[in-house]
Amino acid sequence: MRRIWDTPGGVHPPDNKAQSLTSGIGQLPLPEKLILPLTQHVGGAAKVCVSVGEKVLKGQKLASASASISAAIHAPSSGWITAIEERAVAHPSGMSAPCIEITCDGEDRWIECMGYPDYKQATPLQLRNLIADAGVAGLGGAGFPSAAKLDRGTHMPVDTLIINATECEPYITADDILIRERADQIIQGIEIISHLLGTPKTILIGIENNKPEAIAALNQQCQGTGIEVVSFPTKYPSGGEKQLIYILTGKEVPSGQLPADLGMVCLNSGTAFAIKRAVIDGEPLISRITTLTGEACDINRNYEILIGTPVSHLLEQNAFNPDLCSRLIMGGPMMGFSLTSSDVPLVKTSTCILAPSHTEIPDGDPAQACIRCGLCAEACPASLLPQQLYWYARADDHERLQAHNLFDCIECGACSYVCPSNIPLVQYYRSSKGDIVNARTAKATAAVARERFEFRQVRLEKADTVRETKREARRLATEQAKITSPTTTQSSGSSAADIIKAAQLRGSTRQASPEQQKAKLERTLMAAEMRLKEAQQRLLQATTNGSADQQTQQLASVEAAKRKVEQTAQRLTEVSH
Amino acid sequence: MITLLTDNTMLAALIALVGLGTLFGGLLGYAAERFKVGSDPIVQQLDELLPQTQCGQCGFPGCRPYAQSIADGDAINKCPPGGQATINAIANLLDVTAPSLDEAHGEEEIRTVAYIREDECIGCTKCIQACPVDAILGAAKLMHTVIAEECTGCDLCVEPCPVDCIDMLPIVENIGQWQWPAPPNPIDLIATTASSMHEDAA
Repeated sequence: MRRIWDTPGGVHPPDNKAQSLTSGIGQLPLPEKLILPLTQHVGGAAKVCVSVGEKVLKGQKLASASASISAAIHAPSSGWITAIEERAVAHPSGMSAPCIEITCDGEDRWIECMGYPDYKQATPLQLRNLIADAGVAGLGGAGFPSAAKLDRGTHMPVDTLIINATECEPYITADDILIRERADQIIQGIEIISHLLGTPKTILIGIENNKPEAIAALNQQCQGTGIEVVSFPTKYPSGGEKQLIYILTGKEVPSGQLPADLGMVCLNSGTAFAIKRAVIDGEPLISRITTLTGEACDINRNYEILIGTPVSHLLEQNAFNPDLCSRLIMGGPMMGFSLTSSDVPLVKTSTCILAPSHTEIPDGDPAQACIRCGLCAEACPASLLPQQLYWYARADDHERLQAHNLFDCIECGACSYVCPSNIPLVQYYRSSKGDIVNARTAKATAAVARERFEFRQVRLEKADTVRETKREARRLATEQAKITSPTTTQSSGSSAADIIKAAQLRGSTRQASPEQQKAKLERTLMAAEMRLKEAQQRLLQATTNGSADQQTQQLASVEAAKRKVEQTAQRLTEVSH
Repeated sequence: MITLLTDNTMLAALIALVGLGTLFGGLLGYAAERFKVGSDPIVQQLDELLPQTQCGQCGFPGCRPYAQSIADGDAINKCPPGGQATINAIANLLDVTAPSLDEAHGEEEIRTVAYIREDECIGCTKCIQACPVDAILGAAKLMHTVIAEECTGCDLCVEPCPVDCIDMLPIVENIGQWQWPAPPNPIDLIATTASSMHEDAA
């Protein structure tokens, strides 16, 4: 018997799992349309590789992984692509996101699948590519792309593989029923993962002791495989990754680090099943087990649903009574979120659809003042101080929130569950986390803007100095030329002044005939007389209404004009003689 | 000499104190030169808090000159893009009470990003010269475009455009940027008076 550790805090809500376990995994009739959001996982949105109007077969790839952390998306049934556009998706915001819509043709015809039953011959890289191509993402609810999780890269070698079959949240029984019915395939999946990771020393399956049938099924399948099934007392939230690792190994994953840093990999049992399907059968991830439960539905059971099935389709098949239902929740009652519409599709991370009646999960009483009872601190599985975080969140004190390790909060909702004042603590933390992340991005973009602005200033200054130096150089050159010009005229006779002198000389030597000279002088005399008249008129105007200054000015110009007339007349008499 | 000092305690004390004063004065003077702080660190800190839109709405040619001016005693409420959050942060840093935004410099608006209607652009490069963060690409007589990620939404490119082909579009929130809103109507932190307890009860 392996030693187990007890996590701090935790709560014991009524588990309400029996309702949906009365019958096995069911199948739904094919819906008319399937809607596949491009982001059903953590990381970058998948890149569409089909076009509207195209005919697709079941299992055909519709969108490929766009980054190292991203997952491909496949057609869950055969049909036509009828739209690639924004649609409402299952998200707490109720916003829409890019989706691919398939109108099913009802044939449900498979594309040819290339399995790899002899996976032991494959290299880890080949296996990882198979898993990546199948679009496998964490089916426990977080949706982290499995291929990226299994990429050891530069991390230390993995010595412990943990399979999370805890399923600690009330109402959800998807993993439980999957283990009961298909434990053999889950074990096959675990063996593939183990082979991929280079056969870790310890392989553990962690499961809560409220699932005796599933534990029995696993124990039966694990005989002789070296895989150990560890059951431990039921407590919410034992299924958190860090909590489960502590329960099974007694090791704490440090704040800001990943299990991989401790040489551990933790995967959900449903993910192990999907990996078996992807590798051995060559079937991509196009369906999952989802629990439908709550008093507003007559039938409570688990279904193997096709990814992209609208929630409304699932509800219609199970005599859903909207009048009874207080709200539709995707996920469990602790960590799930309310859906704003039932038209949204089920995705890879949809573990459960909960349709509770008004008596089952009543609308919360209004929040009241905190009475500082401290129950939240006792319930916190991460050993945080929820009450302090609450005050700081109210005061928007981001520094203190981070100093009190807000980002280690797993948003399990245990604190809100025990709060006697009904304070929506987790919502405060989520909102503050968002604010802090936004502030960080704003700061990063501001730093980039500052860098670009400063770089531009430097560039402009540099351009200015270059221009200034060029101007200075030109000025110096002309000055130099002025200083040196007299000496150069004497020595070489090639300067500008010399050229002008030569031209004047040429002009004077070129003698015009006396008639030409006479005609020219007459023209000049006429012009001079005209100017004299104009000057006299201006003088007259100036004396009547001008100032003294203007009068003297005009007088001077009249004098100058008179002199010009006299000079020209004299030249003319000289020439005519 | 020693006998002179022992006989004249006043003189001895005087010499000792003046000596110590000179010694420490010299030490401090040396330290002030040796460990001199180059730039004014408060300007740096203020600059870190400003939003770096470089829009000039404060009346200074960029965020750093305004930070310098605040350090020299200017008002801290002249930055509309930063809004009340920036004013609060600066007030917190300088330990003064936070005033509200000075309306004379503009109002706090939602963040926008410049968008050039490309078929109307004549390629005059005027907006490129106006952009304080080099976020506009293009060449003379060729179409220009804005690098949206680098645009600070400062508005400075709109005015020089001779054909008015630049729009300031608000940034649309998509599902990836969405964040949980804070719970509505937060209640009193602590019920301190009888009246507030009555209100809670009601």
